[in-house]
Amino acid sequence: MRSVRRRPRGAAAVVFGGVAVWLTVLLLLPLGALVVTVAGSAQDVLTQLTTQQAFDALALSLTAAIVSIVGNGVFGVAGALVIVRQRFFGRSLLDAAVDVPLALSPVITGLGFLLVFGRSGLLHPILDALGITVVFAWPSVLLATLFVTLPFTLREVALVLEEIGDTEEQAAATLGASAWQTFWRVTFPNIRNGLVIGTTLTTARALGEFGAVLVVGGSIASRTETATTFIHAAIEERHEAAAYGMALLLAAAAIALLWVLQRDRSAITTQKGGV
Amino acid sequence: MGIRVENLVKSFGRTRVVDDVSFEIRPGELVALLGPSGGGKSTVLRMIAGLEAADSGQVWLDGERVDHLHARERQVGFVFQHYALFRHMSVAENIAFGLSVRDVPRAEQRERVDTLLEVMGLRGLGDRAPAQLSGGQRQRVALARALAPRPKLLLLDEPFGAVDAKVREELRRWLRKLHDEVHTTSIFVTHDQEEAFAIADRVLIISAGRLEQEGSPVQILDDPATEFVARFVGDVNVLPGRVSGDQVHIGRVSATVSGLPDGADAHVVVRSYDLKFWREDAGPGTVKRVTTIGDRVRVEAWLDDVQAPIFAQFPRRSSLLTGIEVGCRIAIEIAHARAWPVADGDARRLGGAA
Amino acid sequence: MNAATSARLRYALPALALRGGVVGWLSLIVALPVVVLIVRGLSDGPAAFWSAVSDPAAVDAIWLSLWTAGIAAAVNAVVGTAIAWTLVRWDVPGRRLIAALVDLPLAIPTLVAGVLIIALFGPQSPLGKLLVSGGMPIAFARPGILLALLFVTLPFVVRAVEPVLEELDPAEEEAAFTLGAGQFLTLTRVLLPPILPAVAAGAVQTFARSVAEFGSLAAVSGNIPHRTLVAPVYILGEVEAGNPGGAASVSLVLLALALGMQPLAAALARRGGRA
Repeated sequence: MRSVRRRPRGAAAVVFGGVAVWLTVLLLLPLGALVVTVAGSAQDVLTQLTTQQAFDALALSLTAAIVSIVGNGVFGVAGALVIVRQRFFGRSLLDAAVDVPLALSPVITGLGFLLVFGRSGLLHPILDALGITVVFAWPSVLLATLFVTLPFTLREVALVLEEIGDTEEQAAATLGASAWQTFWRVTFPNIRNGLVIGTTLTTARALGEFGAVLVVGGSIASRTETATTFIHAAIEERHEAAAYGMALLLAAAAIALLWVLQRDRSAITTQKGGV
Repeated sequence: MGIRVENLVKSFGRTRVVDDVSFEIRPGELVALLGPSGGGKSTVLRMIAGLEAADSGQVWLDGERVDHLHARERQVGFVFQHYALFRHMSVAENIAFGLSVRDVPRAEQRERVDTLLEVMGLRGLGDRAPAQLSGGQRQRVALARALAPRPKLLLLDEPFGAVDAKVREELRRWLRKLHDEVHTTSIFVTHDQEEAFAIADRVLIISAGRLEQEGSPVQILDDPATEFVARFVGDVNVLPGRVSGDQVHIGRVSATVSGLPDGADAHVVVRSYDLKFWREDAGPGTVKRVTTIGDRVRVEAWLDDVQAPIFAQFPRRSSLLTGIEVGCRIAIEIAHARAWPVADGDARRLGGAA
Repeated sequence: MNAATSARLRYALPALALRGGVVGWLSLIVALPVVVLIVRGLSDGPAAFWSAVSDPAAVDAIWLSLWTAGIAAAVNAVVGTAIAWTLVRWDVPGRRLIAALVDLPLAIPTLVAGVLIIALFGPQSPLGKLLVSGGMPIAFARPGILLALLFVTLPFVVRAVEPVLEELDPAEEEAAFTLGAGQFLTLTRVLLPPILPAVAAGAVQTFARSVAEFGSLAAVSGNIPHRTLVAPVYILGEVEAGNPGGAASVSLVLLALALGMQPLAAALARRGGRA
């Protein structure tokens, strides 16, 4: 399949050396610096991270992640089915709209939500009549996180749906399966891997979202503060230990998720190679 | 189950792939839809199964109109060109699928699966994944899966297109045998005339979205209804001729035809076995090539009068071959020919199909 | 006939319901905020829009965002291609580690990326103290902005170029060598032309992401108006100062850039895929 790789020599060795230095300075040294800093003030970090405020921030981040996984899991599968399997006027517009969350600056996302759900927002009269507060309350954090993580599962599932084609689904229909049976017994097992990868990406993005939840939630301690806005607040208040500790926690979570992702991806490649 | 198809029309975008096709199939028949690739045969099959909606026209199964029924409600078995096996299910689960979605009791499913594995020569492979099977085995699983719910109609879309020549031969014989045992009304699509003639009771020839002819293999071979069919079926020569009374003249060679206007230019279609060549120094042809293929000899010659190639096949020991060698001149006699008048644009339409 | 029509409708109903749900949710969560943002940005009239975007602080912020993004795109075009080439062609020590490192910025929260850079180069770190006393600080200065952008955009060019390089036959490079071409000629005449669209696609993505970047810059830039204040942070400032109209106007400039970049990157990627 792939040609045999050789050890770099000559100019290639120089390029490789440059790449190694670049990655070390850009990624490894900063990571190392964070670990060393946290290790140097471990006692302080531990105290700062075991406060109620830190727990609440982590809990809200986790909640937002879970809501996004479930919400965008369902939406992602439905959306991928619609975009890949259905043909209708406006499909390409829908397809493009899915990627908008990737293109927008998080601050602009937050501002957009403020203008729709905020005090002087478009939907404020309706929400007010229903007694629902969105902005500067926890629903806004969930909503913003749902928005920024919207494309991931959908794109991964769409990729798989595209690749497997629809003949298995047609075969199921000729054998008398209902749409529901076809989905659960034929389509779903085939897209499961895509769903897992999409979920991993969603989790990473949800835990890491900062700009949008800052604007729309206001980072109110123990109410709308997430793990990232907790770090932001800690920096502003010069609680370095808290900021560094929480940052290390999130970095560790990110690295763990990355590891899971690499494993799933390689599982898919071997599976493809096997068929 | 009997099938009636009336005036089916289907377009994809601007291309009309099925253009007013009507036919009827009697219960228990094994019918082939034969024609060049891209001619609309598969689309006809998919419309019968309900996988594709017709733009207009009607499909009747057992005297009941089914156009409004979804594929899952038509009880039609369908074998897909590239198997379309459920990749995450075992062979046995694949075969049982059509029974389990109908909530057939498990014991009964098991029994049916075991029977089919046996009949299909797949014994012991029930627990395998489709990816672990050979092409021929996968095709038999696909067939078993389609047969499991006892469909009243079996549709096969290029069923042997994706397996190699030897396996194809074997599967053909085996499909014919299976049909003789179970008698399920069956339609299969193929672009391979040998396949169609070897298996089918009746052959429908479809080209460019239209039904060109239907009939038994012998009828189609001996009595082609259109020039397209004559050229598409069998090893044929197509020669330029001119009509004169009940004769058509190809240079100095002539053949008997009927029903053509006097003086018209015609395409004369002659099968390679409806010809006689023998050595004659004043003859109209020159031998260019002699090839022995098994028990037959193929002789290719050049007609100097009309500047066209012609070829014929003879049994290896035929006395006609005496003295025939490359470069010699030959006399030609046409025992049987058909001719069609040349129409504008004809040459282009038929060019690709010959 | 009537029965047939109603039956068709019955079969189409689940598909229509699914499509309706997907379109509805996307309209609410993606289209509505974007449309409201556009309307709000323009609703005070062209004069107000113009005065908001021509405010000197806004102009400086937008300009800073644009030129730093331009540098990040240019640097990544070179470095990213070198990394991809190293990964695809050569058997380098730690290949898997390098591959994982390249994906790290996708998983690490962008705010945490900023914290990492402060941990290494910040005024409290030994290296940071050295840099400040040497008169060339990185954190809370423009070099810090560039470093953060390079961190978060590292994967784009690499991931765009990798599959294209993978498709190329290394024999072409070898053939060029055997024909007597020097390494420079091989690079410019044989290796680069087919991967150029992919490099450009990755660079455009880098640029778009850099202009939108918020989290890491909020941490490292120091946010000094006219000097280190980038456009998204400027927008946040306007929102917090109670000027959503002005914020929306400046947002429109970034929004137009982002939505314009998306099809450009997609078109380049398609060209790259075909080559």
